[in-house]
Amino acid sequence: MSRKFLAPGALALALFAATPSWAASDADLAQIRDEIRQLKENYEARIQALEARLKDAEAAAAKPVASAPIPVPAAPATSSSSGIAAFNPAISAVLQGRYANLSQDPEKYAISGFAAGGEIGPGKRGFSLGESELAISANVDDKFAGNLIVSLTPENTVSVEEAYGILTALPNGLTPKFGRFFSGLGYLNEQHQHVWDFIDAPLAYQAFLGGQYGNDGVQLKWVAPTEQFLEFGAEAGNGAGFPGSERNKNGAGSGVIYAHTGGDIGASQSWRAGLSYLQTRAQDREFGETDIAGNDAQLGFNGTSHVAIADFIWKYAPNGNAQYTNFKLQGEYFWRRERGDLTYDRDGALGLTRTGDYSSSQSGWYLQGVYQFMPYWRVGLRYDRLDPGHAGYGANATFLATPSFNPQRTSVMFDYTPSEFSRIRLQFAQDRTRPGATDNELFLQYILTLGAHGAHRY
Amino acid sequence: MKSLVQWFLLTLFAAWVVPASAALNVFATVPEWGALAAELGGDKVSVYTATNALQDPHHVEAKPSLIARARGADLIVATGAELEIGWLPLVLQQAGKPKVQPGRPGYFEAAPFVALLDKPARLDRAEGDVHAAGDPHIQTDPRNIARVAGPLSAKLAEVDPANASFYQARYKSFADRWTAAIARWEKEAASLKGVAVLVQHKAFTYLIAWLGLKEVAALEPKPGIEPTTAHLSEVLAITQRQPVKMVLHAAYQSDRASQWIAERAKINAVALPFTVGGDAAANDLFGLFDDTIQRLLKGAQ
Repeated sequence: MSRKFLAPGALALALFAATPSWAASDADLAQIRDEIRQLKENYEARIQALEARLKDAEAAAAKPVASAPIPVPAAPATSSSSGIAAFNPAISAVLQGRYANLSQDPEKYAISGFAAGGEIGPGKRGFSLGESELAISANVDDKFAGNLIVSLTPENTVSVEEAYGILTALPNGLTPKFGRFFSGLGYLNEQHQHVWDFIDAPLAYQAFLGGQYGNDGVQLKWVAPTEQFLEFGAEAGNGAGFPGSERNKNGAGSGVIYAHTGGDIGASQSWRAGLSYLQTRAQDREFGETDIAGNDAQLGFNGTSHVAIADFIWKYAPNGNAQYTNFKLQGEYFWRRERGDLTYDRDGALGLTRTGDYSSSQSGWYLQGVYQFMPYWRVGLRYDRLDPGHAGYGANATFLATPSFNPQRTSVMFDYTPSEFSRIRLQFAQDRTRPGATDNELFLQYILTLGAHGAHRY
Repeated sequence: MKSLVQWFLLTLFAAWVVPASAALNVFATVPEWGALAAELGGDKVSVYTATNALQDPHHVEAKPSLIARARGADLIVATGAELEIGWLPLVLQQAGKPKVQPGRPGYFEAAPFVALLDKPARLDRAEGDVHAAGDPHIQTDPRNIARVAGPLSAKLAEVDPANASFYQARYKSFADRWTAAIARWEKEAASLKGVAVLVQHKAFTYLIAWLGLKEVAALEPKPGIEPTTAHLSEVLAITQRQPVKMVLHAAYQSDRASQWIAERAKINAVALPFTVGGDAAANDLFGLFDDTIQRLLKGAQ
């Protein structure tokens, strides 16, 4: 080592040795303490003087307001933000991910007796990202409000979940909505998946609506001017969503009407109940089914689909304060009738292609309860059951028959919600949607919300 | 389907036939503004209060009953400053009534008429339940009630001009009684000046500033985050270095954390009504402060 490097090192050592914390004598310490004490006393005196002045000023400010007959209202303080960013809409993002352990192969998932479409099944095994959601909303002007919700899928695709305008200027409780939106039918349908109490949709939603029913179209909603909550809605849409299908035609492809009512029972309980009805048409809606002979046949359905839903939810929180403990009970009953014709072996793989009349009547329901037993912690239990009902296969009765198997599922969930912006959930489900293949499913999920404060939906 | 649509349109038509009620319908988000509207409006107003004193006004859902009541309201009276941000915008949007939307004559916010305290220096959700505009619990200082009463009275006269002189007379009577009451409360509470207190949640900023109490620490580690044992132990250590008289919590909060610290620090746990209806004595605005002062005086003994 050369002297060049030694010299600065020695200097540093010398400086280190000379720091006051090492060298200070008792006398010095006493002096420093004294100085600090004086400083402190000085500041305390000043703060007291300031407090006294503040108090006088406050008292002086309060008196004229209180004693003047009707003071001219002070101009409300305006928001300080200005410039080009001042009109930025409310932006929020939802981040989700999960780990799934499934005893059955999710690729083979099917709901026995139900020609399902859309999003069904428990999803991928192992770690996977959920849908990341980006939401932007604001008032457009004095007549419209707009909302855009984009979903970024784990497969790196972007889909427009909702993009709608609301006409806010109509009186008398009328609210028209237009664009793409989740239909107001049922209870759970309008809610986004990240606010559900379980990681997945009830079986009835999967079997009858393909997960969730969305529409490109218009909605008119009306709230009655009564103390009892009464709400009516009607929708017309393109009908492209399951159980309907894209049909390349003018006019409305689907129609929805619904009615909701609800209210409070004392301070602790609240409820909502509703009836909904959906009518749509399907054209060559294809699905696979196992026929009587045990072959996997491709089927195509043409015809009308009618879905009726009865829903209710009841919530309980002591004195209406849900902070510590609360309970909610929720259930929905689905009923679907389809009429039209069915093409058996539509792809000709079995060489038995034939078209015949078809009609079916099926139903399903779920019931769930979620209990928050202490702040942040909740447990929930859900039971799903479907009834394949009966189907008339007409000319195809030689190939096809309605199974007598009732698909069902029981789910238990346990979640931790440290704030209204985050949630971690553990869910176990026993899924018996196919004969002889019980799927034991374990999920661990996180949901993080950032940005603008979300709405506390009922 | 067709007959159902007809039925729907028929019900829709019925909306225009239903007559409106005679009194001015006021929808107050929290009990203090409901009580104030009742004081100022007398029998000319019919007041509906969306939450009760045992609820945290922030954690409320857009319940069906609230949507129905907002639909029938002529005037919405809210605190603002993000207190109702989780539910009121949704309720108002669902109600479909343009004249009570923010910015319209039928919508009133109290917070803009009060100088808000505790505006956060750092706006970050890592700091807990922070409110960007400042602490919205303004009703714990009666002088703030006085500041809001004038503009609210003017608002009542604006939406119901036929009764303007009635509202003006009610306001004058209220303002006189309120000014006298503030003077009385300040006299009664003179001995509380400088008294050191703990708070469970930072909900009493304005009360503490008004009476000159000294807030030593909060039991919640961060606003809106439930007290943890570790944090409570730290607060307990503070009380051993610095004498504290009592620990305050609002009626809507569980008293477990307060009791825990009260037992160990040998101080009084005081439940304050926080707003009208918080306890039996706080049945109106005057009762609210009569009772608050009495409870504080008792707690300070």
